[in-house]
Amino acid sequence: MRRFSWFNATALTLGFAFLYVPMIILVVYSFNESKLVTVWAGFSTQWYGELIRNEEFLNAAWVTIKVAVMSSTIATVLGTMADYVLVRAGRFSGRTLFSGMIYAPLVMPEVITGLSLLLLFIGIGLDRGVLTIVLAHTTFSMCYVSVVVSSRLVSFDQSLEEAALDLGCSPFEAFRLVTLPIIAPAVISGWLLAFTLSLDDLVIASFTTGPSATTLPIKIFSAVRLGVSPEINALSTIMIAIVTVGVITASLVTKQAAVRQARDERMAERPA
Amino acid sequence: MRRFLLIAVPYLWLVALFLIPFLIVLKISLSDIALARPPYMPQLDLSAGWEGIRSFFAALDFENFRFLTTDDLYWKAYLSSLQIALISTLLTLLVGYPIAYAMARSAPEWRPTLLMLVILPFWTSFLIRVYAWMGILANEGLLNQFLLWLGVINEPLTILNTNTAVYIGIVYTYLPFMILPIYSALERMDDSLLEAAEDLGCSRMSAFWLVTIPLSKNGIIAGCFLVFIPVIGEFVIPSLLGGSGTLMIGKVLWEEFFSNRDWPVASAVAVILLLILVIPIILFQRNEQKQREAEG
Repeated sequence: MRRFSWFNATALTLGFAFLYVPMIILVVYSFNESKLVTVWAGFSTQWYGELIRNEEFLNAAWVTIKVAVMSSTIATVLGTMADYVLVRAGRFSGRTLFSGMIYAPLVMPEVITGLSLLLLFIGIGLDRGVLTIVLAHTTFSMCYVSVVVSSRLVSFDQSLEEAALDLGCSPFEAFRLVTLPIIAPAVISGWLLAFTLSLDDLVIASFTTGPSATTLPIKIFSAVRLGVSPEINALSTIMIAIVTVGVITASLVTKQAAVRQARDERMAERPA
Repeated sequence: MRRFLLIAVPYLWLVALFLIPFLIVLKISLSDIALARPPYMPQLDLSAGWEGIRSFFAALDFENFRFLTTDDLYWKAYLSSLQIALISTLLTLLVGYPIAYAMARSAPEWRPTLLMLVILPFWTSFLIRVYAWMGILANEGLLNQFLLWLGVINEPLTILNTNTAVYIGIVYTYLPFMILPIYSALERMDDSLLEAAEDLGCSRMSAFWLVTIPLSKNGIIAGCFLVFIPVIGEFVIPSLLGGSGTLMIGKVLWEEFFSNRDWPVASAVAVILLLILVIPIILFQRNEQKQREAEG
């Protein structure tokens, strides 16, 4: 039994209060009747109504979701491929450059990534819009996907795949039937990470978009620059709610999957 | 053949959308601003053959970089970014370490929940988390109302649009990056080492300094780099919480590009920013590698 420590209890209380109180305040004031975000004038859901009637926000939300789904899906495929190459292909010419290019975007400031991609798109005369944001988001989020997936690929027992090949699977079948199901949790969390990064990104999207496509963060940023507004609080509350439900569901699902996998592995190890 | 395709697709993608764009930035940073579309010169004219390529390279120069050294806005912005990043990294460490420590010493059945509570804000929009502070720190905001009500102050403090607000914003948004590596270092620590230190006559305080801190050193270093590196190029926090006096290089680059439309200078600013970042990035990589080797 550990001793109860006042120091630890205080650190945790203050720490989590610091992390969560600002968000709670944000949520509470989205139900404020007053236009002034800092004066409480009674409970009201009018800002949610205004938000739903605001077509610009709805359009921006739709563009953002489209971009996020496309870019995170491509990024997951490319990131997993890149990992597979790095973990399995052994040496090939340009390997150092390749792994460098995979990890560099992780530490690259967003302003530089955004600027460089914009200059490329202008250079090749590509019209800026949904397509260019998808290209940009895919590029930086595939690096995050590959970091998440590689840890799983490294720890994965290669002999299982070799067994599948020996039993007559083609390499692609072996990947689809053996490797993919095993690395699936990592692939899914990679996709979720890429999706969130894309939903969240302001800087790179601002550089690479054109007048035809405005994403939600761009819209929020230009509204927020003029000061706080209850509509943005309402929008934030909805986003926080979605994320909270999503994260909790995901963690419950992965926990269950882990339990099931542990059970299956125990069954498999039992001699017949 | 299949192996070749597997390598080629992500490889070419990264060459086309990461390496080449960066070379373009490098090239434009050596060009001059021009009233044209695109607004810089020289343009590479391949139809003129060898002569065209030669005159293209002859027209590239380091003029923009010289300009960056003559106008003190730029080097002040670099210095102030470094300063803000350094101070806020230390502040994040001071706030984050006790939390990570308390998490690592909590009952094991609590740890997954606490860990999720630290990660959860990370999944929430960065922009929203910064925005949350705007309503709190404003002159008529909740913090001032609270302090006035307590009677600690007689008139509202100006916090929003100052560097103080920038520090608060950075500590708030980057805290999970500091907590997680320190927590994972502390969690692996063997408690019997502390007991041994105390048995051998250490006070709890000196056992903390002599045993716990050195054992969590790698976590501290990793956390500090994970905060320091991205903060240098930060744009959202200084532009929403900072004031006109807050100079940060990410903001300068943004304005140079979007307001002044000076692409060559913006590119030169980006190149120097990257050169500054190379040093901490290499140090960070080395620390990670050392840790991996230590774990074997």
